[in-house]
This record gives sequence, C-alpha cells and structure tokens, in this order.
Amino acid sequence: MTTPSAQFRQDATRLSADLRHRQIIQTAMGKYETVRDIRKAAFQNWEEARKLAANTKWEAVNHLDRYLAEFVKNIEARGTKVHWASTSQQGRDIILGILREKNAKVVIKSKAMTSEEIHLNDTMEKTGYEVIESDLGEFIVQLREEAPYHIVFPAMHLTRDDIKDTFQKKLGGTPSNNPEELTMVARGVMREKYLQADVGITGANFAVAETGMISITENEGNARLTAALPRTMITLVGIEKVLPRLEDLALFLPMLAAMGTGQTLTCYNTFYGGPRQPGETDGPEEYHVVLLDNQRTAVLADAEQRDSLHCIRCGACLNVCPIFRNVGGHTYGTTYCGPIGAVLTPNLRGLNEWKHLSDASSLCGACTETCPVKIDLHHHLLQNRRNGARQKPSFWQKLAFKIYAPLATSPGLWSLTTKLGRIGGALQGLVKGTRLDPAYAWTKTRDLPPVAKQSFREWWKTRA
Amino acid sequence: MVEDPRMSERENIFARIREALSVPAPRPGHAHDGHAAASDVSLPKPEDHRRVMPLVGASVAEQIALFQKNAADLRAAFQLVKDAAALGAALKDLAASEGWKRIAAHHGELTDGACKAIGLPALFTDAAFDHQELGRCDAGISECDALVAQTGSVVLTSRSAGGRSLSVLPPHHVVLARRSQLVPDLPAALALLKSKYGTNFPSMMSIITGPSRTGDIERILVLGAHGPKRLTVLCLED
Amino acid sequence: MTVTLFIPCFVDLLYPKVGMAMVQILEKLGHRVVCPGGVACCGQPAFNSGYWDESREIATKVLETLKGAEVVVIASGSCGAMLKVFYPELFAGTKYEAMARELAPKCFEFSGFLVNKLGVTDLGARFPHKVTFHDGCHGLRELHNKRPPRELLAKVGGLELVEMREAETCCGFGGTFSAKFPMISTAMGDVKCASALETQAEYIVSSDSSCLMQIQGLLDRQRKPIKTIHLAEVLVQK
Repeated sequence: MTTPSAQFRQDATRLSADLRHRQIIQTAMGKYETVRDIRKAAFQNWEEARKLAANTKWEAVNHLDRYLAEFVKNIEARGTKVHWASTSQQGRDIILGILREKNAKVVIKSKAMTSEEIHLNDTMEKTGYEVIESDLGEFIVQLREEAPYHIVFPAMHLTRDDIKDTFQKKLGGTPSNNPEELTMVARGVMREKYLQADVGITGANFAVAETGMISITENEGNARLTAALPRTMITLVGIEKVLPRLEDLALFLPMLAAMGTGQTLTCYNTFYGGPRQPGETDGPEEYHVVLLDNQRTAVLADAEQRDSLHCIRCGACLNVCPIFRNVGGHTYGTTYCGPIGAVLTPNLRGLNEWKHLSDASSLCGACTETCPVKIDLHHHLLQNRRNGARQKPSFWQKLAFKIYAPLATSPGLWSLTTKLGRIGGALQGLVKGTRLDPAYAWTKTRDLPPVAKQSFREWWKTRA
Repeated sequence: MVEDPRMSERENIFARIREALSVPAPRPGHAHDGHAAASDVSLPKPEDHRRVMPLVGASVAEQIALFQKNAADLRAAFQLVKDAAALGAALKDLAASEGWKRIAAHHGELTDGACKAIGLPALFTDAAFDHQELGRCDAGISECDALVAQTGSVVLTSRSAGGRSLSVLPPHHVVLARRSQLVPDLPAALALLKSKYGTNFPSMMSIITGPSRTGDIERILVLGAHGPKRLTVLCLED
Repeated sequence: MTVTLFIPCFVDLLYPKVGMAMVQILEKLGHRVVCPGGVACCGQPAFNSGYWDESREIATKVLETLKGAEVVVIASGSCGAMLKVFYPELFAGTKYEAMARELAPKCFEFSGFLVNKLGVTDLGARFPHKVTFHDGCHGLRELHNKRPPRELLAKVGGLELVEMREAETCCGFGGTFSAKFPMISTAMGDVKCASALETQAEYIVSSDSSCLMQIQGLLDRQRKPIKTIHLAEVLVQK
C-alpha cells in the first residue's frame, strides 16, 4: 500500500512527461483564460471587488457562530430539517438514515465536492442504492470510475473521443464523438432518472444567513431538476459556506462566474429555503440540510490559515497553477486539488501524510494573485512546510541547513567553500548525469553551469 | 429524557467554533504587516458593489439595449411587443414555427391571455400535476419577477412562475415579462425579491441567465444540457 | 548615494559577470558601491523548506550586516523578495522583527532600483538582437517589477523585444523545488522553453540568474539554439 506521498511522486512523474495530457490541458486553459480576462475587464474595478469579497468572507468566517445560527434559524422556520455532521462518518450515517427512512431506491445527485470528501457515493452504492451523477462532467467520470479531475470541470482531461468510447462501452449504442450528440445522450439518460429518483442530493455554493437559503450555481439545470422532481431533497454543505446577507450574492455570483468559467453569470443561480411551501404544487415534500464540519473547525482554530476557509471553490487557483497544469487533478489523490487543495488537505486530513502537496510547489504566487477572495495561498504553503518541519523534521535537511549557515555567514569559510566547490564541480563532471551523480536530481534532465573560475567575491577582493 | 443526538452534535460544533474564534485572525491584507487594521472589517453596501461591478447605463433605453445585447450573447431570444395582442401573435408564430402540440403554464394575467392566444392543449401547474406529462409538453410558459439588464437574466420564483419544474423541465422556456419589470443590476434584483416577499419567501428563487448549457466536453458550448435548450423572453411595453 | 550590493550565492559562484555588470552600471551612474562580506546567502532555501530557525541563523547575520545601509540593491528578484517581503514574516514575533521591517523599504531588486528609485532607463547600451523576457515570479509578484525591465530594454539600441505567451508562467526552478520535484520542475521548464522558442527570439532575458540557470540548463541539454542572458549583462553591452 503506497503512501499518498509516494503515489503522488509516481503519478507526477508519469503525468509530467505525458505530452498528450499537457496539450489537452493547455488548450482548455487557453480558452478559459480568454473569457476570464474579458469578464474581469468588464468590472469597473476588479481589484477593489476582490477586497470587498475578502472583507465579506472575513466577516462571515470570523463570526461563524453568529451567522451559522442565523442561517439555521431561518431555514428551519420554513420546515427544513437541519442535521449536524462533525465527521465524515456522521455525514454518511445521516444521509443513509434519510434514504432508509424514505425507502429510497434511486438517488440522483447534482455536483457536490463535499460528497466526494466524505466518500458518500461509494457508501450509498455499496448499501445497494442506485446513484446517478446528473452533472455531465460528473456523469462521465462516474461511468469511468474516476474521481473528478477538477473542482469545476470534472472531465477536463478527456477528449470527445475518450467520452465517446466511454459512452459506447458503458451505455451501449454508437454515438459519434460530436459534443452536442454526446450531451444529448446524457440528457436522455438523465430525463428518466429525474422522474425515477426518490431522493435528490445536492451540494451548495453558499448558505445565506439573513434569509436562510442555500444558493446553488450551475449551468446545466441538473441541480434545478434534482431539487424539483424527487420527493426528498438533501443538501450537503460545509459550515464555512455561510454568507451574511442575500445582497452579498450580487458580488459573489458574478465573481464566481468570472473566475470559475469566464461567464457574466452562471446559467442558473437558485436559492432554496425549504421544502414545498403551502400553495406550491411541486418541489420536495422534505428538505434536509446536512452541515459538515469534518475538520473545518480545526482550520478555523488556526488563525494564521483561517482565511483558507474563505474559499468559494471557483477553481481559479487550479487554472493558473503550473503544477496543476503539468501533473493534473488526479495526481493530488484527494478531493481538493490545485493550490487550495495543497493548502487545505494537510490541515483536513493530516499534516504528516499530506505535507508533500504543500512541498510540491515553486511558490510562484500566481494562485494568491488570482484568488477572488484574496486567500494568502502561497504563504499558507510556506506555513504548512514550517509546521511540518517542526512536527517531523527531516534529519538530513536539518543537518544540511545547519552546516550551510556558518559557511554562508563567515567570509573565510565561504571563500573555502568556493574553492572546494570548484573541485567538487570537477569531480561531479566525471559522474554527471549518472546515478552516482549527487546532483542527479538536476542533471538527469538539465546541464549544470560550472563554478566560475573567479567568483564575484574573489574579483571584488582584487579591486580593493 | 431522551437526548436528541442532533442537538448534541450541534452543540459540539458550536463549541469548537467559539473556541476557535477566541483567537483573532489578521484582517484581510494585513497578514504580514505586523499590525491589525485600525477599524473593524465592515460588510460592503450596495453602493460599494455598484462601484466595482460592470457598469450599467442609467436610462431605461440603455438598460433595454444592454439586456438585448446580453440575451443575444447568451443565445436567448428577446422580443419587445407593444401590447397583449402583439404578445399573443408572437406566441402563435412561435408555436407554429416550432410545431408545438401541447404547452404548460401557470395561471396569471399574462399567461392566461397567452394560452388563449396559442390555442393549444395546456397543462396548468397551479393544481397537482404529473411530471411525466409536464415532460411531454413542448414549451413551459411562465411569468417572472424581474429582468436584469446587467446580466441579461430572468428572475423568477416558485410562486411567480408556477412552481419549480415548469421553467426547467420542458425543452423551451418562454418568459412573459413587462418592461416595468426591468431592473438595472443584481443588487436591485435581490433588493426587489426581499421587498416583494419579505419574510414569506417562496421555497425556490432562481436567477436564469440564458438557456441551459454545458462546456464539460472540451469546453465546447452545447445548449440544452438538462434544462431548456431554448429560452425566449417576450417583453410587453407597458 | 552609497549602494550596498547584495550578491546572492549563485550569482557569486556561478554568474559573477552579472554582479560585475551591476557594479559597472552603478559606478558609471556616480554611486559608491559597497559589498559586505559574511552575507553570501539570504536564507531562502531553509525558509522555503520550512526550517525557519536555520534560516534565521543566516538571515540574522544579513539583518545585522545591512543595518544602517542607505539602500540595498539585490542582484536577484527571488533574494530581493526574501529580504523585502519574507523577512518580516520570518522574523514575526522575534526580537528582530523591527529590524526586518526597517530594512524592507530600503531593498530593491536591480532593475527596480534603476527605474523606480533612480529614474534611469537609458544606459546607452546597444544589443542589436531579438529578445524575449522571462518574468521571474518573485520579481513579478512580490516586487511588482513588471515594467522596469521592459523600460530598460526599450532604451537599448537595436534591441527588439517580443513577448512570449508564457512570460509570467513560472520556469519551474523554485529553489529546492527543482531538486525535490525534478520531474515537475522539468515539465514547467519545458513549457517555458517552448514558449520562448515560439517567439523566434535569439535571447531570453531575465532579472533572475536562478531562473536562467534552469532555462539554460534545459536548453543546453536539448541543444536548442536560443541563449539566455541576464538583464544587467545586456545593459553593459555597447
């Protein structure tokens, strides 16, 4: 059983060299960047908008007890049943309990990254429920028995031919590779399932405290149908998704659309406050909201990294991250990938086991620069590394840095290091590029420059 | 007394939250400058949102034009009609050109007139109805709460638009609106919902921006992923 | 003025000509250049790796040596960012915090110093070649040095600047990252090199020798025709 760290290295090695994968991702990202930049430019002041969004989320998260209580009070007033899940297990138990109570057989889902986080689908399927992902991208990866590749675009890594092959293999029939035709195949499958499903399970983008509503953003309409047709509706949502007021959505919905998909607004932004109300003739008879902690309160307690809970899951940081673009979403081996995943996962799932995600970054800062709510992402990567080194220092690294310090701070020792460096460089030249080469990590793919015949400091001394 | 497990987990979570928040976090933008901001972090007001979001023209004419442009970009059809008769005629044309056989709607000032004009069998969602039947309708006709110029959106609720399914299950969603329902931007739209429904909100409120779509396959735009493939907004000049 | 020039370890040992060019330029502009010993490294490798105590062993010496400097010019964007931006974070909560905050405003990367502090863009240089510019991440995002290098290059006689698509994308060096995750580092470097080659430039110019080490290392191994050169070396060409 490989550790997550070893698996990451294996997968990263494979994907980094996969030129077909690199091309697919670069093409997809190029299209995204064009429309994203148009949308950002349409704002009168994008940077100011980021500040307003950051302030709003800061207020929400730093008064989470108040806003969460307000949200629950208001949504319960309209007949919604609110459940509390401290752990992954509790989340699954609550939802399976509802399915059991309702004698459900068929469950239809709209996109919910929290459900990936608690491994809900797997448990539901093993218990004997038929589970269908209605979002097209999620449906495709579900058929392929893969995890979503990206938090907004689950099937980004696939070409139309890949998808055609999957549909042929898993659904039968002979669709062409035309994207429209393939989409209509999924639409046809889903039509039946919406009508058959006993329970609809959704995620949530925001939980509005002031009016007690769950806000769901989507383009396809599958969440709206999941929320309209089955008799029981369940929303699984992280406690940190709270927003103070309805009017805050006027800022967040356009920013989410701009950074997530390069749209003015996503096609459907819908607010759900309860089950079918008196006078309404459709909609679920029962509405359950399951609030998930699952270590979010632990991140909340880390005042340094608390702002990582501000995340609105737009995916923008993934899109600009050169590590993500080269190794792909699956390599992270966990629900949340890209920079936000690298920041959160060690704190949600264990520092020791997942620190490598924070290590695997050149700290370029593109993520921090792009984040619409101004999360200090690359600083958090540094903090995770510091915390990891404190918790479990690496003997060799600590030793190397301890030895280096006096060399770098004493002119005499540095001068000696320079001379030894030349000798070392000459010796290294003999084994360069081979497994004996101590610089093999570098020289496997790159040439090394030689130590200069006269270093700067040696030259500087001659001027005196 | 039987302990409600839900209450105790709720208390656990709140206890952890309060404990966590007893340590203050640096204010936005001040994580590394060694001092917290002098004043509290305040929530933005609508005028703050308006200062930063895309510009919307002040006049109704500009706003109509903006809505029209947005609708075109979204591949939603938008038509201004001068009176109820013109509205009826436009719908008859639509029904004929698309070969509708059966429509769905809810009762309302505009929709009742519309359904009469179209003259096809109609399923009304005001009383209990069968979803399979609704799915067999060629078009769902509804009213709305607002049109939003800034984004080209239609705002509707389960109370103003005949429920949750009418506007999303049939393959063509037709919205009947009045020009007086046009609002400039999202802050105005959300304020309208609050003032109209107060504390008795419908169970669903939706901001619809174009026909259903997906880009999940190679980021190629495909319309009609699950929701309506076509969205038509007919706007009565009042 | 008296300029304290901070020469990082890799410039000292591997690219001394870059430092020499900087001295030449600063002296020609009439400034006195001092280069203190005992500060061969800014402490970034240990800091980036999470060993902040070990990093402080080096960084404390840097703080003490540079105390009282009129202005500090750092011969690399990444070390410049370390001194100006990350030292306050490294020393937060320690007795050296105030010193770090006092040093920060005095720190400049070389091109930022010329353009922003001295207001100099024309050094009378001549380099009649087609070049493209690589924005090192620290210089770009931490020190906001997008424009200064380009303003300097614009005044170089005969030089034609062509921007590459991936100019702002990380080259994959990232210090210890290049050795800890060499496969990802190489892939990132390949993307950068491919983008540079697309411009058909003869040279890749950058303000950071560490980036150029990565890029040149790949170009040499793959025997690609394009060459790398540091901005300071371009500016002393006649």
